[in-house]
Amino acid sequence: MWGQLLAILYRDLLSEWRAREVVIGMLVMALLTLLVFNFAFDLTGAQRAASGSGAFWVAVVFATLLGLGRMTARERQDGAWEGLVLAPVERSVIYVAKLLSMVLFVAIVDLVALVVLAALFDLPVFRPGVLVVLALGTVGLCALGTLFSVMTAQAKAREVLLPALLFPLAIPVVIGGVRAMMLELSGAGAEAAPWKSLLGGFAVLFAALSVLTFGVVVEE
Amino acid sequence: MAKRSSGLSWLAVLGGASFVLVALSVAMIFLYAPADATQGDVQRLFYLHLPAAWLAYVSFFIIFVSSIAFLLRGTPFWNRLARSAAELGFIFTTLVLLTGSIWGRPIWGTWWTWDARLTTTLILWFIYLGYFLLRAYITDPERGARYAAVLGIVGFVDIPIIHMSVRWWRTLHPQPIVVRSEGPNMPTEMLVTMLVTLVAFIVLYLFLLIVKYRIETVRDAVLELRAETAN
Amino acid sequence: MTSSTPVLRCDDPILIVDGLTKRYGWKTALSEVSFSVAPGTCLLIVGPNGAGKTTLLRILAGLTRPTAGTISWFGRAHQVVPVEVRARLGVVTHRTMLDPDLTVAENLFYYARLYRVAEPSVRVREVAELVDVVGLLHERVRQLSRGLQQRVTLARAFLHRPDVLLLDEPDTGLDRASRERLRALLDRYRERGGTVLLTTHAYEFGLEVATWALYLDRGRVVWTAADPTQVRAQLTEMDSPVVPV
Repeated sequence: MWGQLLAILYRDLLSEWRAREVVIGMLVMALLTLLVFNFAFDLTGAQRAASGSGAFWVAVVFATLLGLGRMTARERQDGAWEGLVLAPVERSVIYVAKLLSMVLFVAIVDLVALVVLAALFDLPVFRPGVLVVLALGTVGLCALGTLFSVMTAQAKAREVLLPALLFPLAIPVVIGGVRAMMLELSGAGAEAAPWKSLLGGFAVLFAALSVLTFGVVVEE
Repeated sequence: MAKRSSGLSWLAVLGGASFVLVALSVAMIFLYAPADATQGDVQRLFYLHLPAAWLAYVSFFIIFVSSIAFLLRGTPFWNRLARSAAELGFIFTTLVLLTGSIWGRPIWGTWWTWDARLTTTLILWFIYLGYFLLRAYITDPERGARYAAVLGIVGFVDIPIIHMSVRWWRTLHPQPIVVRSEGPNMPTEMLVTMLVTLVAFIVLYLFLLIVKYRIETVRDAVLELRAETAN
Repeated sequence: MTSSTPVLRCDDPILIVDGLTKRYGWKTALSEVSFSVAPGTCLLIVGPNGAGKTTLLRILAGLTRPTAGTISWFGRAHQVVPVEVRARLGVVTHRTMLDPDLTVAENLFYYARLYRVAEPSVRVREVAELVDVVGLLHERVRQLSRGLQQRVTLARAFLHRPDVLLLDEPDTGLDRASRERLRALLDRYRERGGTVLLTTHAYEFGLEVATWALYLDRGRVVWTAADPTQVRAQLTEMDSPVVPV
């Protein structure tokens, strides 16, 4: 099981390292979103902890959607997905492997976007609390995103369907992420605790539900 | 033949009952129930708003249960039931949003407010929308049914979390005035009207659900026939 | 309906397909397909485009779920093809299943680990020799022609020493020499007790390897032929001319 998990993970990462199709696209998307938000909202004033967190999470969600779409497209193109489904690998292992590679990709985007946020908007982002919020939110977002990307992979208009499913269901992550990050950035980290448990609970709950239901969505 | 006609008449009774009850509740809302002391006539929307809201959430509960049953058993019954409940749930959610908005305009002074319950209901509306899109965009109906069941389960589990997060985020909805430990805090006429309307809505809902279920059964049968004749 | 469909039965089957039906909405891809497969044989599945050949193989491989009917692999009926069965099947579909940005060796290694092949490096080299791609082991798949990729795909299907091969047009893109090699490979595979289910548009290629055949048209089994001469006779009798290789 672990060998298979690592094999899938290694292949995903090696493939991405060679092709650089997913993460680069996600990064460009995230940074452009931050840039546009800079024109839409005041990200330098006293309110910048609030609007900065909002801009950051919108950028991350957009980048994640793009990355999930790209990953799926790459995987389906030459039948690598078929090869994986045919192999004697438990469906839950496939899910966990795909979730982990997606979390890694989004984590890269998180960190780069965080540096940009710190540099452009003069926010004290490098606090352990902020990183915890990012980690929990990212796992939650990817937990549902990985499940839905498989469900929408073979659908008509999947670029439409994936956001239509993921956005409403991921709202707790967006609200929790924005609030917790804002509190951390404005030095009220203690108040962020309930939000962090919300994010953590969301991640665990939906990762578990996805593991349970993944077998149902794998076959055509 | 006999069985079919008795089934039809049974449904007709339910349909007739829901018609009479809805007519009665409309009469009571406008003629029997007094105007609210502070909100005036606008408050009469409440009789429509509350049952619709309950049924919007009940529908998702039906989808949740049917989805689990469908994944475990794979029988078309549960799939059709989920499909039927989804359509009704979507209609009732739309009704909640519209009545809430019309009600909110004179009371809160705005068509829309990001109040916790209203926001949750709006998100529920979007989840329903995603549910229909999923079924529509997956060309193989069998696969669509499986995927929709997964969404039905994940979505239902998510709703309380969405509500909680939105409530922590902000709230200004009127505090519950119906369900209270020391008993409802409203005039008897209002309470009676409310209960009658609620019963009327539930009967109407059952009637619509059965009709919708029958439509879905016929639709599946047509699909089956088409498949057989196409060969 | 069922009685009019030809059913081929054999003793000690490795696979039993019973009343298999697959519908996509009102379109029927497979209709009440029943047959069984004896170990060590090669079943040729033929039929015009859209007859349901690919759907049949995909259901047998566990990629697609059937609408109705049952499959029993190795004597056990199941709704969803389980892990133990998947470990014993080698499948080739229309897609290469290879990552174009990885080398041939990396791709094969990846699958060797998924199938828990013992001594993967030895085995990878073995299958590479089998399809004559040893010289290409460190080339990226993207740089190979479709025919070479197809050979790697075949090597991938042989990696875990499967008991059964499900091959959907395995000769796609292969030149005459590679096709000949594939034929010899399949013969040797069967001599060792392996079973093959195969679709192809090149009937001549199919005729050379098949021990029996099943003709599908619009999702139904139209005829079956139980030995090579009968297969040949039936195929040449068909209206559709034998596709030149």
